[in-house]
Amino acid sequence: MNFYDTLVWLIPLPPALAFFLIVLFTNKNRSLSHWVAIGAAGLSWLGSMVIFLRALGVEHLRDHPFGSSIPWLPLGKDWLEIGVRIDPLGAAVLFFVAWTILMIFIYSVGYQNYGQPEGDHDVKGLPPHGATVGRGQDRRTVLSVEPMYSRFFAFLGLFAFGMYTLVVSDNVLTLFVGWEIMGLCSYLLIGFWYGKKSARDAAIKAFMTTRVGDVFMLLGIAYLYSATGSIAFSKVFAEETLAQLAATPSIWGFSAAGMIALLFFIGAIGKSAQWPLHVWLPDAMEGPTPVSAMIHAATMVSAGVYMIIRIFPLITADWHGHGLTPTMTVIAFIGAFTAIFAATIAVAQNDIKRVLAYSTISQLGYMVAAVGIGAYVAAAFHLITHAFFKALLFLGSGSVIHGMEHGALHTGDHKVDPQDMFNMGGLRKKMPITFWTFLIGGFALSGFPVLTAGFWSKDEILADAWAHHGSHPMVLAVFITLAAAAFLTAFYTMRQITLTFLGEPRTDEAKHAHETPWTMTVPLMVLAFFAITCGWVGIPEWFTGGLIPNWFHEFVGHTLVHVPEAAPFSWVPLGTSVVVALSGLLLGWLVYRNVKSPQEDILQIPLLKNKYYFDEAYHTVFVRFSVWFSEVFVYKWMDKFLIDGILDIIGWLTGQTGTIFRNYFDKPVINETIGDGSAWLVQKFGASLRPIQTGRIQQYLLSALAVMIMLGGILYYLLVLA
Amino acid sequence: MTFLTDHILILILFFPLLAGVAVLFIPRDRCQAIRWTALIASLFPFLLTIAAWFRFDPNMEGYQLVGDYYWYEAIGSSLHLGVDGLSLSMVLLTTLLTPLAILASFSVAEKVKAFMFLFLVLETGMLGVFLAIDLLVFFVFWEIGLVPMYFLINQWGSKNRNYASLKFMIYTMGGSLGLLLAVQMLGVTFGTYDLQKITAAWPTLDTLGNVPLWLKDMNTVKTVAFWAFVIAFAVKVPVWPFHTWLPDAHTEAPTAGSMILAGVLLKLGAYGFLRLVLPLYPAQSAQYAGVLAFLAVAAIVFGAFASFGQTDFKRLVAYSSVNHMGFVLLGIAAAAKAMGTQDAIIALNGAVLQMFNHGLSAAGMFFLVGVIYERTHTRNLNELGGLFPLAPVYGGILIFTSMASLGLPGLNGFVSEFLVVRGAWPVLTAFTAVGMLGLLFTGAYILKGIKQVLHGPLNEKWSGKLTEINTREIIVMAPLMLLMLVLGLWPAWLLDIINKAMLMLF
Repeated sequence: MNFYDTLVWLIPLPPALAFFLIVLFTNKNRSLSHWVAIGAAGLSWLGSMVIFLRALGVEHLRDHPFGSSIPWLPLGKDWLEIGVRIDPLGAAVLFFVAWTILMIFIYSVGYQNYGQPEGDHDVKGLPPHGATVGRGQDRRTVLSVEPMYSRFFAFLGLFAFGMYTLVVSDNVLTLFVGWEIMGLCSYLLIGFWYGKKSARDAAIKAFMTTRVGDVFMLLGIAYLYSATGSIAFSKVFAEETLAQLAATPSIWGFSAAGMIALLFFIGAIGKSAQWPLHVWLPDAMEGPTPVSAMIHAATMVSAGVYMIIRIFPLITADWHGHGLTPTMTVIAFIGAFTAIFAATIAVAQNDIKRVLAYSTISQLGYMVAAVGIGAYVAAAFHLITHAFFKALLFLGSGSVIHGMEHGALHTGDHKVDPQDMFNMGGLRKKMPITFWTFLIGGFALSGFPVLTAGFWSKDEILADAWAHHGSHPMVLAVFITLAAAAFLTAFYTMRQITLTFLGEPRTDEAKHAHETPWTMTVPLMVLAFFAITCGWVGIPEWFTGGLIPNWFHEFVGHTLVHVPEAAPFSWVPLGTSVVVALSGLLLGWLVYRNVKSPQEDILQIPLLKNKYYFDEAYHTVFVRFSVWFSEVFVYKWMDKFLIDGILDIIGWLTGQTGTIFRNYFDKPVINETIGDGSAWLVQKFGASLRPIQTGRIQQYLLSALAVMIMLGGILYYLLVLA
Repeated sequence: MTFLTDHILILILFFPLLAGVAVLFIPRDRCQAIRWTALIASLFPFLLTIAAWFRFDPNMEGYQLVGDYYWYEAIGSSLHLGVDGLSLSMVLLTTLLTPLAILASFSVAEKVKAFMFLFLVLETGMLGVFLAIDLLVFFVFWEIGLVPMYFLINQWGSKNRNYASLKFMIYTMGGSLGLLLAVQMLGVTFGTYDLQKITAAWPTLDTLGNVPLWLKDMNTVKTVAFWAFVIAFAVKVPVWPFHTWLPDAHTEAPTAGSMILAGVLLKLGAYGFLRLVLPLYPAQSAQYAGVLAFLAVAAIVFGAFASFGQTDFKRLVAYSSVNHMGFVLLGIAAAAKAMGTQDAIIALNGAVLQMFNHGLSAAGMFFLVGVIYERTHTRNLNELGGLFPLAPVYGGILIFTSMASLGLPGLNGFVSEFLVVRGAWPVLTAFTAVGMLGLLFTGAYILKGIKQVLHGPLNEKWSGKLTEINTREIIVMAPLMLLMLVLGLWPAWLLDIINKAMLMLF
């Protein structure tokens, strides 16, 4: 095992260690806690960069990945092995994960108001309310530090451990371990301010909704393991194994490979918030904003997409490069439908973070659809560019909210919602760094042509879809849907930018907003850099006239045995991308530049505002039904009434049998007849003999004589006659 | 020293009983002395178990550290003790949990002497079941364990203790009547109660020699005896629909009683399945594996739902035992059906590991419920809530233990549940799939517990009354939590012994 193989093992460990250190030792000391956490994230970042840079220089990384495995569970005569592995896809994912995690750790220092005084009335479990400082004329309210500051960093550390574990895993089981640890951290961090009912409910909703997917994924793992006898990617994705899985029939017309892939995909539906399990992600915005950026935009929700990209060989085991398999059709449909569905909701949201949440769902739908139509590299590319620009947008929105809270403390009006975009406006002057970086992120999301990363990755998905649009009607449908969704994306992004930053401030709070400290703006700038440049690594060859090869395609494409071909050049997808992005942006600006209040907004349609009433429907159908089923049916009716009822009847019958025996046998027969009866008999017998006890000697001697004569007679008979 | 090593098992078995008798001689008002004597005495069997663990050779077939003592020669029964990988891991669980439970009951203030005496007797009762390799001795200890537990619930329990203790006692005894008859039949047939001899001869026996039964069809005899065994153990596990004694008994029992009840006593039933039912009735087990799987899945699913439907914290945890033990039975059912395959071994590994894991997490959960109950005197979830800011350390421990119970990957419960699911999937696919519904709702009830106890705005009602978890209580939890983590990350030290035992047994 060489240095790099060992290093891969070490990458996830520092954040886990940081978690334990903070929880056990440094939780009383804020600065020590965040230094431990950031130091750990830094170490993991460093390790990831070393691995990434080294990976660039290795030829045939697919055949000689970094990593190794160890025996973990003894099962029968074999051992179940687990290990770590970095192949080209892993290296690329590691790159963006390391950067976003480190940036978000640093950002959190500022976001949780490190260095600010403790709040006047702050309690654990609620967001800080501000502290009063100064005397007399200088008396004013400033932001106060988060009461559970250290705990926040501990959770972030544990989360980072989960994500790194997922990325470096060489098998589905430890991938699932990381997956679930992130799920736990997501739960803990969404419910970080557990004093708020909305946060509590959102945390449980997130955990339970994703768990629906998780139990299917667990079945998928069990199925895969029993069908192939292995959980390691290298063994499972071997050509012969895949061929065998593709040839094995399962139920409903799926092959075993297709069924396993489908079970895994349901896991991804939960984790990556795809329709119909998308409902948890918007509510997850209850968590602190760095959490939204890291977990609910850049890493955890991306993990679902990463996982289906990872199992791409399994998804496509029975695919021959044209048409679509049943599993792929399902994936493509879910992805494309989610992309357009979430985008239509996003246009009607007023909460700055909720717009981004629906945007994330929609963008993840893009990637899922890309996997569904077999566009492997395009999906991976969009995964990475999206992670950067969406993390940037979330952090930017956090910065905006922070600035608005500053304004709210200044005016003293706590009724104003600092997240409502209609309370903002004109922030570009107050918060220039936030504005420019947000603009970059927004343009990348919209796919602003040539310059931004989002353009190249989105274009690649469209190009791939167009290239195969004739092979299956679903592929064409995907192309049209994604193009329409891209238009909506550009539109709602520009709506958001216009309402937030452009025009004039609509409230006093917006007037007194303030740029955030450097710990928050530096991460914004770093991420903005990547939001532009990380797209350049995947520029198609035709754009440069074949001068520069498409590095990303070459690199990540080599994760697969058969390197996928890049989509040939066509004007249709390129033209579509450019037109939808520019027209969407322009329309967004035109419509919203003069809108002053929600009443003037033409898109405040109840159906969209209420997210097609999915929450209400689910609440009635699933939540209330489960509660009824648990409390009334299973507990009251089945356990208490039926089972305990039967037991009570048995008990009662036993008691009754006893009573019957006592009343009709024991008492009359044993007690009265035999017991009392025998006493009575003896008594009667004694009484009847009483007359012979006369007390006269003559009579006694006479009877003695009679007895002796009788005895003599008997003896004579026995001894002489017999 | 050789005496110690030659007779290590009988020392482990009877040391608690002797210590219990010794405790009786301490004056009643010296509570502290009684508590410490009991605690220190209960540590000896634990240390001896560790010694036995190191003397045990997992690669050797059959029972080890065997001791055979004169007992009831006239009917061919002897006090025959021995361990294999299966029983040794259960002995370890028992001797580990007992000192912790005794430490947990330092807060018991009434009738301390009687409490500690009964507790130590209880330990001997449980250990006897795991150590015996004589059927009659097995049965005797099986019943002995009931008596101290009955009194623990009846004397130190909460409001509804009379009903609960009676239900517990009658139900379990009623369940084991058939077991007694079946054991007698085996004993009379073979003229011995030695488990090894019976296991070797019984499954292939086709005529009943000594027993004047009018049933001539051996298959029927075996089937009836099989069900007699199954029902006795199913009540103890408990398997749906024989489970309703459990929520009552667990809820009413004192904290330490619940810890042992959930931690060890339920394992006796599962142990009976593994030690007696599968080896003695392989054909019947395979034939009725579907029924067992159905009951197991019903336990998993309905246990989870019933737990979710509770408003009593302790009852919620109690029902979680039904849910978790369902996985043990599912593993056993899968193994019964696919005996001899790799799937069966994986399922059995999962089942045994799940027994151990559930012992840790259930004991921990019941203890944590007790910690809250001692301070607030309520278990009603609707009266709790918002305790996290008042007791952050307690909160952290509760979340950790709850997650172990939930089966979070990285902690112990996941490994065993995964193995059971993996083992059962190819054998009992539909049952396993339905069981996932239970796994989903495991999440629901665990999160409900956390939400209703910890989360919410700071609870003014308990502010000032609810004190943070104290050092003694942390010491009770620390070994449990450490093991949960270690078994989640590196289960091989335990699983290796279990695995080898399963390979040799089946």
